[in-house]
Amino acid sequence: MSVDMSPTPMPLQDRFSRGLDAPICLTWELTYACNLACVHCLSSSGRRDPGELTPAEARGIVDDMVDMKVFYVNIGGGEPMLRPDFFDLVSYAVDRRVGVKFSTNGTRLTAERARQLAALDYLDVQISIDGATAATNDAVRGEGSFAAARTAMDNLAAAGFGPFKVSVVVTRQNMDELDALAAIAEGYGAQLRLTRLRPSGRAVDTWDALHPTAAQQRTLYHWLVERPGVLTGDSFFHLSALGEPLDGLNLCGAGRVVCLIDPVGDVYACPFVIDRQFLAGNVRDDGGFPAVWRESALFTSLREPQSAGACASCGSFDACRGGCMAAKFFTGLPLDGPDPECVHGHGETALAALALDARPQSAVGHSKVGRDGTPIPVPTPVRVSFRSPARA
Amino acid sequence: MTEARPTRAAFAVEQAWQLNPQVALRDESFGALAYHYGNRRLVFLKSRMLVELVSSLQEYPSAAEAIDAIVPEGQHDVYRRALGRLAASEVIDVR
Repeated sequence: MSVDMSPTPMPLQDRFSRGLDAPICLTWELTYACNLACVHCLSSSGRRDPGELTPAEARGIVDDMVDMKVFYVNIGGGEPMLRPDFFDLVSYAVDRRVGVKFSTNGTRLTAERARQLAALDYLDVQISIDGATAATNDAVRGEGSFAAARTAMDNLAAAGFGPFKVSVVVTRQNMDELDALAAIAEGYGAQLRLTRLRPSGRAVDTWDALHPTAAQQRTLYHWLVERPGVLTGDSFFHLSALGEPLDGLNLCGAGRVVCLIDPVGDVYACPFVIDRQFLAGNVRDDGGFPAVWRESALFTSLREPQSAGACASCGSFDACRGGCMAAKFFTGLPLDGPDPECVHGHGETALAALALDARPQSAVGHSKVGRDGTPIPVPTPVRVSFRSPARA
Repeated sequence: MTEARPTRAAFAVEQAWQLNPQVALRDESFGALAYHYGNRRLVFLKSRMLVELVSSLQEYPSAAEAIDAIVPEGQHDVYRRALGRLAASEVIDVR
């Protein structure tokens, strides 16, 4: 919420689009290692990168967050609990009043780990499932992943963790299960969190089959309007063109109020654009993360007024602001054109006119490969041993 | 950013208030961000004067006296309502 004053010299949305002194929503992916291989993984995770931040470097990032008054950080991966210093790092952050919201697939969230987490203040946990049934979920996240996530939820509930979050990426396949997903969350006293599928990472190849249909998007909009308690991380703001705006800032925050620090310290404009074009710098550069946030050429340009392009004449532009930059980029659409899931259908028209090879293939990827170097087909739940990185 | 909705709490301008100890402020050009570590809510204070008012509440015996001291006469109503909303979202509390 915001507390409005009048007269206001500039709407808050415009203020935010010009950038803040520090991010509001900072995502930090701790490792590219993952024991699952979800077909829509936004970071193409699987293999740990040998260049990942050392424990000392990671604590240094937390120190920067303290200095910048970043109130909380969204930790993800890969599977963050695979990092050997995961608990040390989370404790280090919350002890300094940097709240942690972390996303996990739950596979390592044992009863003992759940008790450890329940003992920490300023900590939120999101457990990911992408369907209300094992069949729907496991088709995307891998066999056994639904049962593992439910066990993790049971463990958190038994440990008295309190209201954790059940985090769901909305797909064409799970749209009919939204009520059932809400019931699962309610059964634990948990909050349901729905986020938008972006065509990023491995979803470059699976978005066509997974993203909700236009009719489903309309259903989703009304479902969300009727349930203001369901969290969305502001990710469905493109749907605000359907009527009353959804709760939230309703703008693309990339590089303005949002950014991503990836496991090797690269800073991207948002978690969904892991691509050279949206790389602002690295936390190991001179001046560290604060300098990247405040001075990088990419973020400076994103904070300048943006062209509405092909959307300028659309009456809904003020509501959706052209939608999601990542969704446009990875479907090959121009950044100043309509979102591929534009509720007026302008995105579909633009997509239909694209050449088949218009979609960029990101050079950044950590999907697991076989001994011969070819990708392992997904979904394939792969069990790997996780070796400790060299200590700093 | 859309983490929850405010709960209703009565705001009495004649009472003594303070910035909730669970709330951290971060100055920004438009005013400040306020984050409540308990309910995880982020609130935007959209003027520098509101930030000064909220930060100074504890120095005055009542919110009304803080408003008298800090806010120009013609804007008292606006700032009383703003404090009411901040009380509802637990950014400020009775001390």
